[in-house]
Amino acid sequence: MLYKIEITDKPGIFDAVGEGIKKDILDLGISSVKDVHFAQVYTLEGNISDGDLKQICEELLVDKIVQEYELISRPGLESNSRTNQDRVLKQGEHIIEVAYNPGVMDPVEESTLKGIRDLGIEGVESVRTAKKYLIKGKLPEGQLKTISEKLLYNKLIQHIVKPAGKGTVPFGDSPLTEHTYQFNLVTVDLLGASDKKLLELSKRGQLFLNLAEMRQIKDYFKKLGRNPTDCELETVAQTWSEHCYHKTFRGKIDYKEELLKPKIGTVPLARKKNEGGDSPCLRTTKKIDNLLKSTIMEVTKKLDKPWCVSVFKDNSGVIRFDDKYNVCFKVETHNHPSALEPFGGANTGVGGVIRDPLGTGLGAKPILNTDVFCFAPPKLPFSKVPQGSLHPKRVMKGVVSGVRDYGNKMGIPTINGAILFHEHFVGNPLVYCGTVGIMPKDKSFKKTNVGDLVVVVGGRTGRDGIHGATFSSGELTHESETISSGAVQIGNPIQEKKMADTILQARDKNLYSAITDCGAGGLSSAVGEMGAEMGVRVDLDKVPLKYSGLSYMEIWISESQERMVISVPKENIEELLAVFAGENVEASVIGEFTDTKKLELCYDGNLVCDLDMGFLHDGIPDIEKKAEFIQTRHIEPKANTAKNLTPYLTKLLSHYDICSKEWVIRQYDHEVQGGSVVKPLSGIVNDGPSDASVVKPVLDSKKGIIVSNGINFRYGFIDPYWMAASCIDEALRQIIAVGGSLKEVAVLDNFCWGNPDKPDRLGSLVRSAYGCYDIAKGFGVPFISGKDSLYNEYTVNGKSLAIPGTLLISAIAVMEDTDKAISMYAKESGDLIYVVGETADELGGSHYFDLFGAIGNNVPKVDVKKAKLIFEALSKASDKGLIRAMHDCSEGGIGVAAAEMAFSGGLGMELFLSEAPFKSDCFAPSGLAMTAGVRNDTILFSESNSRFIVEVSKKNQKQFEKALDGLPFGLLGCVSKSKEFKVYGLDGKICIAASLFDLKEAWQKPLRW
Amino acid sequence: MRKPKVCILRTAGTNCDKETAFAFNKAGAKTQLVHINRFSSGEKSLGDYQILAIPGGFSYGDDLGAGKVLANELRFKLSDDLSKFVADGKLIIGICNGFQILVKSGLLPGNKRFKQEASLIINDSAKFEDRWVYLKSQAKCVWTKDLPEVIYLPVAHGEGKFVTKDKAVLGRLKKNGQIVFRYCDEEGRSRPYPYNPNGALENIAGICDETGRIFGLMPHPERHIEAHQHPRWTGKPPFDFARAKQVTSIGDGLQIFRNGVEFIRNNF
Repeated sequence: MLYKIEITDKPGIFDAVGEGIKKDILDLGISSVKDVHFAQVYTLEGNISDGDLKQICEELLVDKIVQEYELISRPGLESNSRTNQDRVLKQGEHIIEVAYNPGVMDPVEESTLKGIRDLGIEGVESVRTAKKYLIKGKLPEGQLKTISEKLLYNKLIQHIVKPAGKGTVPFGDSPLTEHTYQFNLVTVDLLGASDKKLLELSKRGQLFLNLAEMRQIKDYFKKLGRNPTDCELETVAQTWSEHCYHKTFRGKIDYKEELLKPKIGTVPLARKKNEGGDSPCLRTTKKIDNLLKSTIMEVTKKLDKPWCVSVFKDNSGVIRFDDKYNVCFKVETHNHPSALEPFGGANTGVGGVIRDPLGTGLGAKPILNTDVFCFAPPKLPFSKVPQGSLHPKRVMKGVVSGVRDYGNKMGIPTINGAILFHEHFVGNPLVYCGTVGIMPKDKSFKKTNVGDLVVVVGGRTGRDGIHGATFSSGELTHESETISSGAVQIGNPIQEKKMADTILQARDKNLYSAITDCGAGGLSSAVGEMGAEMGVRVDLDKVPLKYSGLSYMEIWISESQERMVISVPKENIEELLAVFAGENVEASVIGEFTDTKKLELCYDGNLVCDLDMGFLHDGIPDIEKKAEFIQTRHIEPKANTAKNLTPYLTKLLSHYDICSKEWVIRQYDHEVQGGSVVKPLSGIVNDGPSDASVVKPVLDSKKGIIVSNGINFRYGFIDPYWMAASCIDEALRQIIAVGGSLKEVAVLDNFCWGNPDKPDRLGSLVRSAYGCYDIAKGFGVPFISGKDSLYNEYTVNGKSLAIPGTLLISAIAVMEDTDKAISMYAKESGDLIYVVGETADELGGSHYFDLFGAIGNNVPKVDVKKAKLIFEALSKASDKGLIRAMHDCSEGGIGVAAAEMAFSGGLGMELFLSEAPFKSDCFAPSGLAMTAGVRNDTILFSESNSRFIVEVSKKNQKQFEKALDGLPFGLLGCVSKSKEFKVYGLDGKICIAASLFDLKEAWQKPLRW
Repeated sequence: MRKPKVCILRTAGTNCDKETAFAFNKAGAKTQLVHINRFSSGEKSLGDYQILAIPGGFSYGDDLGAGKVLANELRFKLSDDLSKFVADGKLIIGICNGFQILVKSGLLPGNKRFKQEASLIINDSAKFEDRWVYLKSQAKCVWTKDLPEVIYLPVAHGEGKFVTKDKAVLGRLKKNGQIVFRYCDEEGRSRPYPYNPNGALENIAGICDETGRIFGLMPHPERHIEAHQHPRWTGKPPFDFARAKQVTSIGDGLQIFRNGVEFIRNNF
C-alpha cells in the first residue's frame, strides 16, 4: 500500500525555497507570478498502521515547530476527507509536482528508511520523494510549461507527476516495484560481420569504436574461433575508449603548422628547421609519436625532481609534503554530464575526483577541492540556446549547486576556482573538478598480489551511468539527451563520506594491498586495471545491487557512484569486513586476483567473459591522426582615443570573467577542516579576490599547501602555444602572489578540446602541448598528472559547434612557513605601490579588446628566463617580510589588478603610468615608458604575463628595491587616504578617477544573484 | 594535570570532528572520536566521558531537515545515557550541525527534556553561506566565561535560522538568560543581513540550557583557534576592527573550549 505525505511551512513562516523560485521565475521574464509555495512530498510503500504513520510524520518527517503536513492515502482506500477538500485548486493556482524517474537514485530514501527503523517501526518497504510547487498567478499553459522545464525539473532524471482531477490524488506514475532478471548469454556476431556491419554494431551499441578497432576485435575472436559475448565487446570498448585510454594523446600524429610572420617573438616549433623562406608564413611539419610522452611527461622526466613521488601512474600525481606525509592532486572534467543535467553532472564530477586521491597509493585523505567552470554568458537570449541545451544561467546555478552539495557534505573545503564565459560554451559547458589529498609516506604505493580477494565497497550497483565512458568519447547531439540518458546520475555524498571514513580506517590497519576507484567504465575499468598484470576472476552475481533486474553486463559496466575496489589478502578479510560493517558501509567479496593473465567473469557459474589481459590493455591498433594549425590574422579594433578611461575600467570590472564570484564562493564551505590560511575572499570586509588559496593540512605544523589555476581560452584564438604559456605563468604567479616560491611546485594539465578527428582541432591541441613543454620546463615545474576531455562539440542540424580549445593548468605548491603568507588587499595609506615585470603591447585576446568585440593579434607571451628571475626575487622579498600586499596582474591588466587591491582594502590609490616599465613586445629590447605612440589604455589594460602589483611600506623601500636589483619594476604610486582611485596618464593628466564605491559596485553587481 | 575526556560524536556525514578534537586538545583535553554505533552496540559507554561534543557536518545528509535523523537516534536510542550524563553535571556542546541536533532532540532549550521547542530552519537567503560573523555574548553560560564582549567566528550553513515554537519559549529563553550569542556588528550593535547571516529570530546564534552546561551555536569556534584563521590576519591594526591578531596569538574560539575543560577540571 502507498501513503503520500505532503509537508508545507506553517502560515507565517518565511518560505525561502518558494521565494527563491519566485525570483528565478522573474528572471525568465514572467512577471505574473504572485506567490510560490513549496511542499516536500514523501511516498511510503508498505504495511503501516495509522499510529506508526502518525509517528513517522510527527517524529521524523515534519519539523513541527515550523511545518504542517497532510496525509493522503491511496485512492480507493480510506482517505482523509479534510485532505480532499483542501486539494481543490482555486482560480489562478497551479500545481507542479516533480518526482524522480524510476531507477534514479534518490539519496533521501536511505536516510528516511534509517530514521523509520530508529523509531522502531517495521514494515516500510520503500520511500520516494517528490517536490511540489503551488504557483499562484495568471499563467497561460505555455508559461507553466516554460517554468517547469526551465526551472523545476530535468526530464532526464525527473518527471512531472500527472495532474489529478478534482478530488483525486496525484500519485507518481513511476512504479515502485522491481523487475527480475533471467540469465541469458548474449553473443554478438562479429565473425560474420562486414565492415559496414561492424560500424553499425559500434554505433548501435554506443561503443564509439572506429573501424580499425572493430576489425582488431574481430581478428582476435577469429583466432579464438568464436564470437564475443556482449560483455566482452563492451569491456573492450570501455577499455579502449578515449576517456579511459586517451588514444589521441598516446597515438601518432602527423602535424603541420603555419604561423604568421614576421612578428618579433613568434616562436616556431624549433624542433625542425624552418621551411618558410620568404613566404609570409613560418611552416613546420612534424611526425609525433605519443604527444603525451613527448611533451607533458617529458618535462617531468627531464626535470627529475627528487620530491616527485609518483607521477602519471596512479589515480593522482603524488609529491612530497614533509618527513611524514605526501600530498596528491588530480583534476578531472565532467563536461558532458553537466551539459545534460548540471546539478547531477557537477555533483558526480566532484564525487568522482574525490575518489581519485582516495584511490591513490593506499588511499589519501581529501583535504581540498578546486573547481573551474566555463559557461555561456548568463544573459544569453533564449533564442541563442540551441535545441536540446539548457540555458547557461540554469547550467551555472545547477553546476554550482552540485559542487556545493557534494563538497560541503564531504567536509572538503572548496578553496580555489575560476569561472569564465564565452558564447561557444552554450552546448558544452566545462566543469573541471580537482581534489588534493594527503597520506602518510608509507601509504603511497600499492601492489595487488595473486590470491588477493576482489572487494567492492561503498554504494550499490544500479542501472545508472551506463555508457558514461564511451558517451564522453563522442560528440553531443540534440539527441544525446535521450539516447544517453543512462549516463546522467546524481550523487550521494554521504555514502561517499562514510566510505572514505572507513577506507582510511582500514588503510591505517594495513588490511588491504591496493585500492582504486570505480569511475568511468565502472567495475570494468577498476577491476580490469587492478588485474592487468596478473589476471582476475569476478562473480558478477555477488555484486550487491540497488534493485534486481540488472543483467550481468549492466552490473559489469554500470557507473554507479560511490564505489571503490580494493584487493585484500585472504587472512585480513574478516577484520576488513568488520571495519566497514562498523559504520554501515557495505563491502562484498566479488572475486579473486589470479595468475591466468585473463579477465574471467562469471554469472551464476556461467562464464560470460574470457579475455586475455594482453589483448585488452595493449591490443588497441595504432592510428595516425592528422593535425594542422594554421594561424589566422584577426581584426584589430580601432585605437581608442578617449582621454577618460574610467568607463572602460568600470566595464572591465563588470566583465563576467573579472567580476566578483562571491555569490559562488560563499556557497562553498571553504574553511572546513580548519586549515584555512589565505581564503578565496580577502579584504577589509572579506570580499576581495584572492589570488591563490593557502591551507595547512596538518593543523599543528606551519607547512602549507598553495593551490592555484591558470586558464584563458581567449589567447588560444590567436595562438594556443602562448595560451598554454600564459596559463602556466598565471598559475605560478598566483603562488608567488600569496608568498609562495617555485621551489616545490607541480602542475596538472587539463585539455578540453573539440573533436580531435578534425585536423584543425587537433592542430591547436598539439601546439598548446608544445607551449606546455617549453614553459613548464623553463620554469622548472614538472607535470605530475593530467587529463584530457576531447569531443567537446555539439552538433545541431549537421552543424558542429566546438568549444574554444581550453587548457586549465592547476598548480600545487608546498609552502614552508604559512606565517609568511601574503594577501592581495591594500593595507595602509602611505604605502608604496610597485608594478613588477614589464608591460608590453599585448592586448591580443585581452578582456579590454573583448569590450570592443575584437580579438586582435598581439597575444601575451612569456619570457620564461626573465619571469623566473622575477618570481624568485619576489619570493625572497616576501620571505624577508618586505611585502605587505601583492596581487597577480592578469585579466584586465594593471588597471583591474590595482583597482581590486584598492577597493578590497577600502583604501584609495594614486598611480602614474609613466613609471611602468614598457616595451613594444615581450621579446623586444627594453624601452622607456614614454616611447612615442604608446597609449594609456595599452599600459593599463594589456595582459602581459609575469607581472605583479606590490604594496611595500616606505620603511622597506630600499630593501625591496635592492631585492629586485636588475629586474624590471616601477614605483607606480602610493596608497592614499582618500576613497578615490586615481591614475595619471603618460601625459601627466588624470586618465582614471573613480570612487572606490563605484568601482566595487561595478565589480560586484553582475553576479550578485 | 588531569585531562578531561571529551567524546567527539561521529556518524555518517560528520565532518568537523578532527578540527573540533584539535581545538579541545589544544585547550587541554583528551579527545576520542566515537561513532554512534559504538554506543548503540554497547562497545563504548557515554559515562566514560565528561564532555560530549557534537561537531558540525551533515549527519545522514541532513536529508530530513538538518540534524533530524541523528537527533532522533539520540532520543530513541541513547536517551537514558544522555539523561544521566546531564544529571551528572557534565557538559555538552553542539556546533553547527551539532546545535541543530541538540535543538531537534529537545536537549536545547532543554526545559522539557527531549521535546523539541525550537528549530533551525533554512536561511532566509535560501542558500548555504560561509561567512564571518560578530557575536555578542550575553548569558551566564559555562562555555562563554571570560570572552570579550564581541567575538568573531565563521558560520557555514544552509539551515541556521533560529526560531522558537512560540513567544512563550522565546520569553523563557530571555528570562532564564539562555541566549548565549546574538549576531551583531563589530561594535556589538544588532544589524540585519549579512550581519545576521540567516534571518534568525532576534539575531540568536547560540543558546544554552538553564544550567548553562548544554550549549549549542551555529558559528564554528573550532575554526578560530589560531590567529591565521582570522580572515584578516595578514592585515595590521588599525585596519581591522576585530582586533587583528599577531601571528603568535590565538583565535577567539579557543576560550570556549578552554572554559569547558576548566569547568570539568574544577568540578570533577
